[in-house]
Amino acid sequence: MDIDQTTREPIANEHLAAIRPDMLRFARLQLRDAAAAEDAVQEALLAALANARQFAGRSEAKTWVFGILKNKIVDVIRQQSRSCNISSFSDGEESLDQTFETLFKDNAHWTPASRPRDWGSPEAALRQQHFWGVFEVCLNHLPENTARVFMMREFLDFETPEVCQELGITVSNCNVILHRARNALRLCLERGWFTEGEKTC
Amino acid sequence: MLNCKQATRLMSEAQDHPLALGERLPLRLHLFMCVGCRNYGKQLDFLRAATRELKTGSEPAPKD
Repeated sequence: MDIDQTTREPIANEHLAAIRPDMLRFARLQLRDAAAAEDAVQEALLAALANARQFAGRSEAKTWVFGILKNKIVDVIRQQSRSCNISSFSDGEESLDQTFETLFKDNAHWTPASRPRDWGSPEAALRQQHFWGVFEVCLNHLPENTARVFMMREFLDFETPEVCQELGITVSNCNVILHRARNALRLCLERGWFTEGEKTC
Repeated sequence: MLNCKQATRLMSEAQDHPLALGERLPLRLHLFMCVGCRNYGKQLDFLRAATRELKTGSEPAPKD
């Protein structure tokens, strides 16, 4: 006998309505296309409504619905990657590369100005609404192909070899792209949050 | 000896797959001596923590 049975209930429409804005935000970040994001969220909500699964609470339901949304986004990315060629890298990717190189002296050690700083206890930022706005801006600043690789790896739970396979790029290329993406994001957070953010507070 | 550029590459790859012993030990030695790279590693860990929260939808939504 399931002792939790009395507390479990099917997902309610108002739960879904409350989750929808977060779903849209997530889908827009991943797909960078408002219409495609809207479609993916719509499909995920329909799939959630069609499913009679029961939940022990709001956060469990939200995790489940986000799982459905992720699958929908992966489907869209698969369709897109068949129709466009990611190996055609843009100026954006090249400039990330240059940014990375300028952090180092000729002997490949940090220049004094670029040596990464101690962010203290950055976890506190995760509880601040404004931080998430900054983080989204940083993610949206990544060049398109770099963003795609980073999103697939970090948000859609692909392993690196799967990302490469899906996008038709080599593993070493994939590693370089992820490395540059992470570097760009930490620089962006340092500028947008861990330096200026602290000063204005 | 590893330089900082190589160390950052290994720290990024360590987020994606376990490093080989021949990579892990030189990296540890480098981190022991280099505060900049230690900070870099902590920043990458924080980035991972932030993406985790965003993908489960558990973060507070930014005000528009």
